[in-house]
Amino acid sequence: MSAVVSPIREPLITGSKTYHQITEDIVSPTERVPGKAWVAFFMASVGVLSFGLFCIGWTIWMGIGTWDLNRTIGWGWDITNFVWWIGIGHAGTLISAILLLFRQKWRTGVNRAAEAMTIFAVMCAGLFPLIHMGRIWLAIFIFPYPNTRGPLWVNFNSPLLWDVFAISTYFTVSLLFWYTGLVPDFATVRDRATGLRKRVYSFLAFGWTGKAKHWQRWEALSLVLAGLATPLVLSVHTIVSFDFATSVIPGWHTTIFPPYFVAGAIFSGFAMVLTLMLVTRKLLHLEDYITINHIESMNKVILLTGTIVGTAYLTELFIAWYSGYVYEQFAFYNRALGVYWWSYFGMMACNVISPQIFWFKKMRRSIFVTFFMSIFINIGMWFERFVIIATTLARDYLPSSWSYYVPTWVEIGIFIGTMGLFFVLYLLFVRVAPVVAIAEVKSILKSAGDQYSKENARDNYNKMLNEKPHHDEHEHAH
Amino acid sequence: MKEYQEVLYGLYDDETDLMDAVKVANADHLDIMDVYSPFPVHGLDPLLGLSESRLHIAGFVYGALGTLTAFLFMTWVFTRDWPIIFGGKPYFSAPAFIPISFELTVLFASIGMVVTFYTVCGLGPGVNNPVLDDRITDDKFCIAFETNGYSNEEISKLKGFFSTTGASEVNTKTI
Repeated sequence: MSAVVSPIREPLITGSKTYHQITEDIVSPTERVPGKAWVAFFMASVGVLSFGLFCIGWTIWMGIGTWDLNRTIGWGWDITNFVWWIGIGHAGTLISAILLLFRQKWRTGVNRAAEAMTIFAVMCAGLFPLIHMGRIWLAIFIFPYPNTRGPLWVNFNSPLLWDVFAISTYFTVSLLFWYTGLVPDFATVRDRATGLRKRVYSFLAFGWTGKAKHWQRWEALSLVLAGLATPLVLSVHTIVSFDFATSVIPGWHTTIFPPYFVAGAIFSGFAMVLTLMLVTRKLLHLEDYITINHIESMNKVILLTGTIVGTAYLTELFIAWYSGYVYEQFAFYNRALGVYWWSYFGMMACNVISPQIFWFKKMRRSIFVTFFMSIFINIGMWFERFVIIATTLARDYLPSSWSYYVPTWVEIGIFIGTMGLFFVLYLLFVRVAPVVAIAEVKSILKSAGDQYSKENARDNYNKMLNEKPHHDEHEHAH
Repeated sequence: MKEYQEVLYGLYDDETDLMDAVKVANADHLDIMDVYSPFPVHGLDPLLGLSESRLHIAGFVYGALGTLTAFLFMTWVFTRDWPIIFGGKPYFSAPAFIPISFELTVLFASIGMVVTFYTVCGLGPGVNNPVLDDRITDDKFCIAFETNGYSNEEISKLKGFFSTTGASEVNTKTI
């Protein structure tokens, strides 16, 4: 069933792979002893994570007073980091769900790793609201369970509670979607393994055999889960933006927040996917599956979402001026030229100005430029959340309570610690699971492999036309 | 379910060969037990007479259950069990119930469908289904016939089918 491919389509799998080679290339990194680079990076991540855990323990033991939050600035690095991480998670769902609905074949090269990244990022994000509560042992109070205090229920009208539901649903659905995709690939690993390894992967593969009916149901399930995950991912950052937009703080109380936050989330998420994939493809030798074409596609998404975010920044400024509302005008004057001017400048430079170089094809296809841009954007999007949160709170309605905020070593330690957690989990993932979705890549080989694309596509088509009469004879013979 | 199954299976190197072979088997009225492949082969389901999966209907039911659970529960809490005025809004403030109702719709539909999927497929943690050939999850496409109580003549007819349709290997296995 070789599909007819347009000769102008760029291949998504290079190196004239056979099905067996695809298995070999993608599974073999999990079968090798880890290399020096992996071990060094893993040890460093574990070290950073340990320091983060120490800082979390310190916070819980000593109390939130170890942070530099005060009565004016009640949200600082904690909520900034929370929004930053949850935003990063969004790219994984966009790639695996929205691009599945849009039938974008290039997603197959990166969806597995991007979804893994989503799950790990949401885990890092979820940590911040929990420790920010101060008394983490009472965290169960956020769930509506029958209790002896009435029962006294949670406030279902509060966006903070919507966040609890949105993020826990998002985490659960992402995990189910990811694991269901992994099951057939774990079966592939299982059928190559021996001994203890085989027993472990037999358990992980859930008894998958590749029956036609199972594949049919698996595809039906993937499609519906994608259809559910698409509005879900949009709802998650919409609800995160409601945490701000439903308040009465100038600079937060704006209707533009939901689309602006969602675009920003996808923007930062793609940047993180690129940072990870550029390193992963190099270290695991996956250049044939994550090609320059994939990188260019992701850079196009970055250019689009970055420009949406830039437009949102400018719209905010315009509306502040046009509204004639002095508090709103002051909030934006303060963001750009107030005490935290440097973070506004960082945000504008990294998020709005620098991604514009991706209008040039040469830049979109440069690994070096892409890697640096992905780091810039991660920094810029962190600044954006800091600008929204700390800058706005530092100058509120009462000049007598104006304040300034710098994080303590504990807050910095926790943030760096979540980086450690993220990389520890990601590095373990690349060791135990196929980083590229094997079955999905095989299913696009005939339409996106380089031996079937470009000039070969035409030959292939002609060959198929010539073969047609032969097949008819064949059927007549029986 | 029988105690054991004797299976005669052929392996093909390409999904095109597999599809052609299934067409031949249909024309010859051979009773295929199952077809196995390393990835979903599109166009195979109608040839095997597989009806469309009804998983999405189950998903809709679970989703509707989630919507109702969330919406009715919040309504009960805020109008009957413990009415509280928030920001001067009515007790029954439906728009504020939408986000959580939506999230629970997605949550119920996803968990329900995934559980249903593994249940109806007979898959799950600790399940060890017999594997006909280790290369089926790699690069081989397999057609399997159940041959319990088949005469030699019938078996050689199946073997003939495999050789004319270009199977690269033919094996038997008792599972």
